[in-house]
Amino acid sequence: MNSLSDFLFIAYPYIAVSIFFVGAIWRYKSNSFKYSSLSSQFLEGKTVFWGIVPFHFGILILFLGHLFVFLFPGKVLEWNSDPMRLILHEGIGFTFGVSALLGLTVLFVRRITNERLQMVTNRMDIVIEAVLLLQILLGCWVALGYRWGSSWFAADLSPYLWSLVKLNPSIDAVSAMPVVIKLHIIGAFTILLLIPFTRLVHFLVAPFHYMWRRYQVVMWNWDKDRVRNPRTAWQSTRPKNN
Amino acid sequence: MDIRSQISMVFHLDKCIGCHTCSVACKNIWTDRKGAEYMWWNNVETKPGTGYPGKWEDQDIYKGGWEKKGNDIKLKGAGKKKGLSNIFHNPHMPVIDDYYEPFTYKYLDLIESPEVDDQPTARPVSLITGKPMDIKMGPNWDDDLSGTPDYARNDVNLKNLSPAEQQAMFQLEKMAFFYLPRICNHCLNPACVASCPSGAIYKRGEDGIVLINQKVCRAWRMCVTACPYKKSYYNWHTGKSEKCILCYPRIEAGYAPACMHSCVGRIRYLGVMLYDADQIHDIASADKDKLIDKQLDMLMDPFDPEVIESAKKNGIADSTIKAAQKSPVYKFVKEWGMALPLHAEFRTLPMLFYVPPMLPVMASITNVDNTEQSKKLGDISKFWPDNWLYDTSTEEFWGTIEQARLPIQYMANLFSAGNTEMVKLRIMKLMAIRIHRRWKTVGDISEEKARQVLKDVGLTQETADAIYYLTSLAKFDDRFVIPAAHREHAIEMMENTGDVKGSTGFGFKQDTAKRGL
Ligand code: SF4
Ligand code: SF4
Repeated sequence: MNSLSDFLFIAYPYIAVSIFFVGAIWRYKSNSFKYSSLSSQFLEGKTVFWGIVPFHFGILILFLGHLFVFLFPGKVLEWNSDPMRLILHEGIGFTFGVSALLGLTVLFVRRITNERLQMVTNRMDIVIEAVLLLQILLGCWVALGYRWGSSWFAADLSPYLWSLVKLNPSIDAVSAMPVVIKLHIIGAFTILLLIPFTRLVHFLVAPFHYMWRRYQVVMWNWDKDRVRNPRTAWQSTRPKNN
Repeated sequence: MDIRSQISMVFHLDKCIGCHTCSVACKNIWTDRKGAEYMWWNNVETKPGTGYPGKWEDQDIYKGGWEKKGNDIKLKGAGKKKGLSNIFHNPHMPVIDDYYEPFTYKYLDLIESPEVDDQPTARPVSLITGKPMDIKMGPNWDDDLSGTPDYARNDVNLKNLSPAEQQAMFQLEKMAFFYLPRICNHCLNPACVASCPSGAIYKRGEDGIVLINQKVCRAWRMCVTACPYKKSYYNWHTGKSEKCILCYPRIEAGYAPACMHSCVGRIRYLGVMLYDADQIHDIASADKDKLIDKQLDMLMDPFDPEVIESAKKNGIADSTIKAAQKSPVYKFVKEWGMALPLHAEFRTLPMLFYVPPMLPVMASITNVDNTEQSKKLGDISKFWPDNWLYDTSTEEFWGTIEQARLPIQYMANLFSAGNTEMVKLRIMKLMAIRIHRRWKTVGDISEEKARQVLKDVGLTQETADAIYYLTSLAKFDDRFVIPAAHREHAIEMMENTGDVKGSTGFGFKQDTAKRGL
């Protein structure tokens, strides 16, 4: 048991994180053409609305929520100390959990049943959707069955994650967790590991820079000041394709 | 003044025969691929008609282009706020069925069919799923179908015509139509570029061609909504958007784009325009009735020394300036004032201009007595009991414009943001040149009359002949004046050409030198 725990909660997270970073960067560098959300709205534009919108808002809020508790456990515990605020906090979390769950279910069914969509679906799409579905399901179960998650996450899991970050893993708290929660944790690292190999990479290239960009983009293949200047014609840039 | 050069185009609609050669040339070179089968970067529509994708001009449906807000302009269905908040689901985006489901036929079934009682058939199969399908739509399903309830009568440009006018347009004896070939307009204020959250779409500084970087596009699909001409297409297979590239590899080498090179009617002209980039935003935000005049104002005289000086400062080569001086587009658009942009009210400042067609407008119907004529026909020959004739006589020159078969207002909705005077002037010029040539070649019109007609529209005999030449006799090199792209300079700025000799070819370009506006 011990060695299994060691593997699952110490080795596996490090493996997952390494594969995530190496994989994502390697894929971006070697084949950024493949970085795409591969939207399928073009082939089926109606049902998709009822899946994609609840799913994305759900998963975004959940992700940010988990991140926040991980980063600021003290703040969260302080907020949760008032029962009303705790219930509000958990309620919001659970609502978005259900929203993500329902949304993803719609998307999953749509992807499997629509003939046109089968043409743009590969094995990894199914794998990642199934894993995600399972993960959200587990998450909702944890939220219902092991109250109050936001507090014990802050108290017990956040330190565990931080211990991983600090390269000094301590897994006592995790090992004592119920099996559902353990699965949820393993699921999280599995998703991280799979990201570089799936269409989920699209969230890594979310276009926030649009906010700061001017609307029109003009590109010059030459520098207009230097192009007619014979002295700069043979400058020494190291060729990239040689 | 910030002078840039733009490869710009004129399509002379009187000459388009609707043969779709242009579309097929383009398809064969660029879009005969999986995921792109439904794309027609060049398509030819019948007007009146709904076009491709259906009703693309109706921005209440598709929310394309810019709209004026105070003194500024905003993207109608995209932009920073609307775009990012609709990024998961883009509510105004056309889907495949708004274009058509691409199909092919199982031709092999014809050949390999066993001997049976009935003719073997080639069933249509979907190019998406590969399964048998019923064809419901095609890219030119409205071809030649003027007057039909599904297509012509749903034309968005009929909006502000009276019911009586619409009715008159579609009477069987009066029905008329013309063809409208369309490609990307390579706009000066492109909505597609502005809407792309990834910044994958850009306008090339040197020649104004608008391109989508396939490596940066992430399938946010905003350009598909934002382009009011629906000339940015989503490739469902690769998850990238694609659009007309104006055959830039051909242009750089001095060849005409494939659609233009192959055009059977020789309706297409291509040349350089010099324009003042400082004015783009102001002009795109102008009042609707001033839009076109202002857009024409920003196109600069290539002989003006000040313009030339500013162009040189921007690195524009002498050969490009020379080409601008010989540009057939400049002649049609500026010098002669014959061409207009399509739907200027979308405010993208399109750089493809159209000479509006005169023929469907001018041919009116006169009543004649055909009985004598009919008596001459033998018993077996077809008897045609109608007592009317297409009247293309020139007697009441300008009068016929008012009784046009396609109302001037309809033409104005297409080509001059609703301003009838502008289209009318262009059509009068076309007419005047015909009358002038008729005096010269047929001689049944007096010189005095011909001169008077030219004077009415402000043309001289020399200009009229020049227009006639470029319209009817122009050779390849008159229609396409394409300067060398000087890629050698661009390449030398990025790599040591000695080192990479013989090592470049197909592949992705790794670096783009500079971004800016
Ligand atoms: S026509 Fe459409 S795709 Fe082409 S440049 Fe203009 S806005 Fe962009
Ligand atoms: S090839 Fe020329 S004449 Fe034929 S449809 Fe195209 S534009 Fe018209």
